[in-house]
Amino acid sequence: MTEPVSLAAVTRRYSRVTALEGIDLVVRAEEVLAVVGPSGCGKSTLLELVAGLQEPDTGTVSVLGGPEAASRRNACAYMPQRDLLLPWRDALANAALALECQGVPRSAARSRAEPLFERFGLAEFEGARPAELSGGMRQRVAFLRTLLPGRPVLLLDEPFGGLDSLTRASMQRWLAGALAQEPRTVLLVTHDVDEAIFLADRIAVLSPRPGRVVAELTVELARPRDVTSPEFGALKRRVLEALGL
Amino acid sequence: MRYLLAALLLALFVLAWQGVASLESVDDLTLASPVETFDALRDDWSLLWDNFLVTLVEVLLGLAIATLAGIGFAVAMHLFRPLRDAAYPLLVASQAIPIVVLAPIFVLAFDYGIGPKLAIVALICFFPITVNLLDGLRSVEPELLKLMRSMGASRVRTLRSVELPSALPFLFSGLKVAATVSVIGAVFGEWAGADEGLGRLVLLGNTQLQTPRVYAGIVLLTLMAMALFALVVLAERFACPWNRKEQSV
Repeated sequence: MTEPVSLAAVTRRYSRVTALEGIDLVVRAEEVLAVVGPSGCGKSTLLELVAGLQEPDTGTVSVLGGPEAASRRNACAYMPQRDLLLPWRDALANAALALECQGVPRSAARSRAEPLFERFGLAEFEGARPAELSGGMRQRVAFLRTLLPGRPVLLLDEPFGGLDSLTRASMQRWLAGALAQEPRTVLLVTHDVDEAIFLADRIAVLSPRPGRVVAELTVELARPRDVTSPEFGALKRRVLEALGL
Repeated sequence: MRYLLAALLLALFVLAWQGVASLESVDDLTLASPVETFDALRDDWSLLWDNFLVTLVEVLLGLAIATLAGIGFAVAMHLFRPLRDAAYPLLVASQAIPIVVLAPIFVLAFDYGIGPKLAIVALICFFPITVNLLDGLRSVEPELLKLMRSMGASRVRTLRSVELPSALPFLFSGLKVAATVSVIGAVFGEWAGADEGLGRLVLLGNTQLQTPRVYAGIVLLTLMAMALFALVVLAERFACPWNRKEQSV
């Protein structure tokens, strides 16, 4: 059986630099794979390749068996680092945007988004403009927008990178809980080792540019995970060693 | 407070104007004092008002043509890159043509009526509207466009849901410039040949040495431009409330 996401011998070059070189990776069904690496190692490029927003120079990227960019785009829900909410739309309309892009009429998209606001801790903020929401709430609206179309593969590019550390910790807990309830195939890119260990089933470590996979580790800690436990610390040590730190 | 300061400065300006006009060395034919101007406004009110309305119609219609054409061109140029590359130099050229030279030719071409005035107002206003809107449409963050692509948005959907709303404040910036220059355009149009309108009245007053009436006409033209500007500002607040809120934070 083929894995939902697979990259085989993928290389991506820009005019002067090689961003990724010889990447072989798979994301299995309903698993969270975290990709960690130093800044500029091509993590975002990797995600955009999977999302169908870029093409590899050599090698193949396929999602749910389809190597064409269009079929990758249709299979993936991509969430960039910044929430990118539209300031002129209220929270509900922002959450409904992805559905509207797929041709769902505006009012139908809104009524599909509405029942989820409570579950996402956003009850009574449906009519608020992004400027009136806190950073964590904005990120939850962005999550809602990403999840609503129900695409099978979730691509998260440093989803909590822009948040303060307390909000980040609570959002990580929230995401871990949401994924426990409703498992999804997730490719998570981050430079936060704690976040990777807290959320992922497996971790792939990338080298500095050009990015290559230098280690793959399985996280066998029981959930919910305790970031202060010795096992957590030991695993963190291994990831940091793989990163050369 | 803001309005108080503006009113204060205006009062100072009028006082200074009165002071300079009262000087012995200043010829009454060159400079009418505020008091004389006010008298002219009162005495010639119906004449001034009739001509004011004529010019106002020219300005509003010209602005409307420029706005519709500007939006159409900017969107078309934004959607079709070759059109933008091809038409941009022409767009700049349209603004570089001296209107003073062009106006009489327009009158020759379109006759004495409202036609040449509309053409001149529209030509002047078209440029700031088109260029600003085009800049606005191109100002959307690449990240956001990428997100829209990943969500499967069509070109029209991205234009409607992201690019046009993002560009609205830019469009209003263009309209503010257009609103103020539109009045100048109408005056040029009337100078080139007209039998009514405030611009013609001012020109006529000049040759007939009715200096206070000239100044009264100028005051009314200025007020017209300011009122149009204020109208655009008001429309902007109504149309882009998010923009105002973000600025005030």
